[in-house]
This record gives sequence, structure tokens and C-alpha cells, in this order.
Amino acid sequence: MSLTDEERRELEELLPHYPDRRAAADSALRALQRRRRWLSDESLADLGEFLGMSVAELDSLATFANMLFRQPVGRHVVLLCDSFACWSLGYDGLRAEVESQLGVAMGGTTPDGRFTLLPIVCLGACDRGPAMMVDADLHGPVAAGDVGAILGGYA
Amino acid sequence: MSRAMRADGAPATLEDYVAAGGYEGLRRALAELKPEDVTQAVKDSGLRGRGGAGYSTGGKWSTMPLGPDAPHPKYVVCNGDEMEPGSFKDRYLLSRNPHLLIEGMLCAAYAVQADDGYIFLRAQYDEPYANVERALAEAAAAGYLGERILGSDFSFELFLHESVGRYICGEASAMLNALESQRPNPRARPPHMTGAGLYARPTVVNNVETFCAVPSIVRNGVDWWKGLSITAEGGTKIYGVAGRVQRPGCVELPMGTSMRELIEVHAGGMQPGFELRAVSPGGASTAFVPAGQIDVAMDFSAMATVQSRMGTGTIVLLDDHTCPVGMTLNMLQFFAQESCGWCTPCREGLQWTAHLLGEIEEGRGKVEDLDVLAEHVWFMASDKCFCDLAPGAMQPLEAALRLFRDDFVAHIESGRCLYATGEAPAAGGGAG
Repeated sequence: MSLTDEERRELEELLPHYPDRRAAADSALRALQRRRRWLSDESLADLGEFLGMSVAELDSLATFANMLFRQPVGRHVVLLCDSFACWSLGYDGLRAEVESQLGVAMGGTTPDGRFTLLPIVCLGACDRGPAMMVDADLHGPVAAGDVGAILGGYA
Repeated sequence: MSRAMRADGAPATLEDYVAAGGYEGLRRALAELKPEDVTQAVKDSGLRGRGGAGYSTGGKWSTMPLGPDAPHPKYVVCNGDEMEPGSFKDRYLLSRNPHLLIEGMLCAAYAVQADDGYIFLRAQYDEPYANVERALAEAAAAGYLGERILGSDFSFELFLHESVGRYICGEASAMLNALESQRPNPRARPPHMTGAGLYARPTVVNNVETFCAVPSIVRNGVDWWKGLSITAEGGTKIYGVAGRVQRPGCVELPMGTSMRELIEVHAGGMQPGFELRAVSPGGASTAFVPAGQIDVAMDFSAMATVQSRMGTGTIVLLDDHTCPVGMTLNMLQFFAQESCGWCTPCREGLQWTAHLLGEIEEGRGKVEDLDVLAEHVWFMASDKCFCDLAPGAMQPLEAALRLFRDDFVAHIESGRCLYATGEAPAAGGGAG
């Protein structure tokens, strides 16, 4: 496997923001994940060749980060805030409803590959808790009755 | 900080911003002030860092080397890693008034003669990211960024960088490691970041709100700034309220507004059926303040009188239906999970405190556990840990042991959480 021309172009555009290629690694990992949805060992190798870094170095960065996925995820990632404000505003009930509607427990991916459900720390939306994100969209406050409509918006 | 904000909630455009006096601070600085004058004004204003630590902003800037012999490039970095649970004010500023941050960073960069800047933005802030990205393009197109800004000798490039996650990136020295795509463990100091920071060059790191306070100080002067506040600390603050109140949200108010006014007037008081038990005043790393002490002014020095800190100034309310042990457990679980693992007290100590709190919450605690928790509070102090993550985690735990001891004992003696079954004592029992 190797980088596509489009991937290479996008990564090249990142480089001027940083003094050297290695410093662009985090942003490059993020950019490649946006295209490939998750970062396999092959993806790290492709990126390593571009940046002049080893797979081990990139894996060290990727596994420290909670938003870089080293295993496959669904088409849509659902993030449920479990920090203390949302916790006090109904996290337990919301989680139960989301798990029930998706038919997976926290951390799981639906068999049809549509959703992966993950916990997330404070989303900075405490005044709109309980809060959740689906992909780049923030939802909150989310009542149990809203969950179906929210998830239904993501094919 | 709110003047340019639109009533419809959409981000202020460049047009909105300029119409409200935007970039006038920068104009004044470039036309009338020397870089040292800008630093002196910020120092004289008494502006203290809005990221939670409250360090003198002008004091920090004045330690940057100036003049032709200073190392280059020099950097100005915005800490936009708002991930402290219970903090939601930087999101408000970034979403509603992104140009204010840009102008603030420009004023700072001029003051310390910096060459390049980064806005380090946490992950999951997709809407603020888009707003800031757009504002950067607008500012560059209008000549506020780039070479020879507004016809002066001052040039400054500003880049937006999105974090790949993890709370420790909000620790300023860890943030610089993250920006360099190193593993974001914090750094030992000395050297301080203004001596050797990003890529070992002199760097100023400040919080979003701190930068946002700067343009009006430069534009309107120190006396004007000092006249805005209720207490002596000067200026305004973006406060916020979350929890079982009628109107949660952020609001800009004079520095030194009382917690009571914030809760009862601006947030409309508690929702029906809920009483206030205590307040987490400025993020999960601040000590709870009991309901009986909410007349305290919310500024940096006054909050010490109630054995707490202002921190970020966004408050989360503990109501009388919510278990204080459960809330404290949630906070410690967060800190334990977010430990970078570098130093032993944090890596091991936080996990153990979270474990013990979990045992207590689930009814398997023992009375001796409270002593062990207290010992951890004593041990994980700033002088024994590599950074302030673990010491911060101990602040809500210390307060919980002090204020909610009866609840801890009730969990231990009854072997379960009485809040889960609706049997918990009413608000006021056991709280200072």
C-alpha cells in the first residue's frame, strides 16, 4: 500500500505550518485518518515513509492519543461525554438508551459498520449536558427520546 | 470581550468585529506604542492568566528576551486545549468572537517581538475550529496577518493546530511537546518556556480568554480596565454556570461578581425540585465550595478565603439529588485516566484513589479508606509530582473529604449509595 496522489497532496499542504516534517506528524496522522477512517499498521508505514519516521514512532504518538484509531471504526463515531457535569445531568440514562438503540455496548461497533460508540471526556458543553457528538456534530442537551432522531440522521 | 458578538449566535465576522472597535488595539500598538509599552500596560493592568493558574500575564511576557540578540524565531502559542471537566468558556469565545483571539495574539506577538504563532485547539471543537479557520483567512486577507502588518515593520504568521486528544496537552509544556509531535509528557522547568519553549525558542503560552482580554487593555488603557471590575483585580471575566439551573450558559461580567449573583440572577436559580448543595467553581481541579459560602466574590484572591480557587470561572453545581461521592469518583476517574504516566505519584496514586472511591461508592468501602485517601491528598502535592495534574486532582478530593464526610460514612456504614435509591439526606446535611 502507499499514499494516493490526493493523500500526498493534502499532506504536502500541511508541511509549511511546521518547521520540519517530523513536527507535522500529529496533523498528518489526523489528516490520513480522515481519509482512511482508521490507522492500520500499513497506514503508519505509508505515513512513515512520507515523514521520515518509523512505524514505532508513529504508533507511540497514535496510541497516546484518544482520537487516533488503531483499529477499525464504523462510518460514524458516537462520542458520549462521561465527565462530571454530564454525569450529573443524565449520562447513565443516555448511555443506556444509546447502547440499546445501537445494540452495542460502549466501545463496540454495530454489525452493519454504521456506528462505533466511544466514551469521551468533557466536551466543553457542560451548559448543554448531557452532551454527545456524532462525527463533527455536537448534540446537547440530549434526552433519551431524542436519541433515535439524532442517530437516524447519520447513514 | 462580548461587544462584537452577534445576537443570532453566529460567529462575529470581520465586519462585525471591526464595527465594534475590533483591531483598534492592534492599530494603536503599532502606531503609538513600543513593544515594551504594550507589555508594561498588560502588566500594569494586573491581568492574570485565565487558564486557571492566574499567573501575571504581563509578568510572563516581560521575561521574553527582546532586541536583536534574542533567539529567533520566537513564538506566541494559544492554549485552546479546554478539556478540564466543567470548563466551557473558551468554546464560547472561539465560537462567537474568533477575531478577538487573533487580535489578542497579535498584540502579544508585537509586545514580545514574536515571529510565528500557533493556536493549539483541542479535538472535538469542530465548530470553533471552523470559525477560527475562517477568521484567520479573513484576517490574512485584510492584512492583519502576514508580512508588514498594517504597513508596519511587524510581521506575524499564525497557524491553527488541532490536538489529537488527551487532557495533559493542556499543560503548557506538554502542549509544546504535542505541537512538536513529541509524546506530550510535561517538561521539567527550568528552563522556563520564555527562555526555551517551542523548538527550544522563547515562547509565550497563554489561555484563549487571556489573549481575548488584551486588545481592550491596549485600546482603552489600564485605568479603564481597572474600572470595570467589582474587586481590585480589574477587568471582566467570562463566567459560566452548568447544572440544574434555569439558564445554564456563559456570561461576561465584572471580575469579582459573587457566586450567588452568578447562580441566582444570571442563571435564574435552581430548577424546581433541586436545592444547591455545593459548587465546583472552576473546573474539576478546584475544591468544592459549600452552598453556605456562595456570597464569595469570584476572583483569584477572594476564592482562597473559601479554601478554593477560581480556576476557569465556569461553575458546575452539585444539587441535593446527586451523590457527592459519585461526583468525586467521576472526577478522580477522569484524572486517573488522563495521567500521562510519566511520574509515579500520579500514575499510581490516582488509580488507587479512584479505586478506593469506587469501592466506597459501591458499598464495599471501609472506614480506614478515608485515611488512605487523606494520605494521598497530602502526598500528591505540587512539590512531589512532575506537573500539576495530580495535585489538581487532589483539590476536589480534599474538599469532598472535608465537606461531605457524612456521605462517605453513610456509604461505608450502609454498604450502598443512598442517592441511588432516593434515600439520601436533604441538602444541608453535613456541608460546611
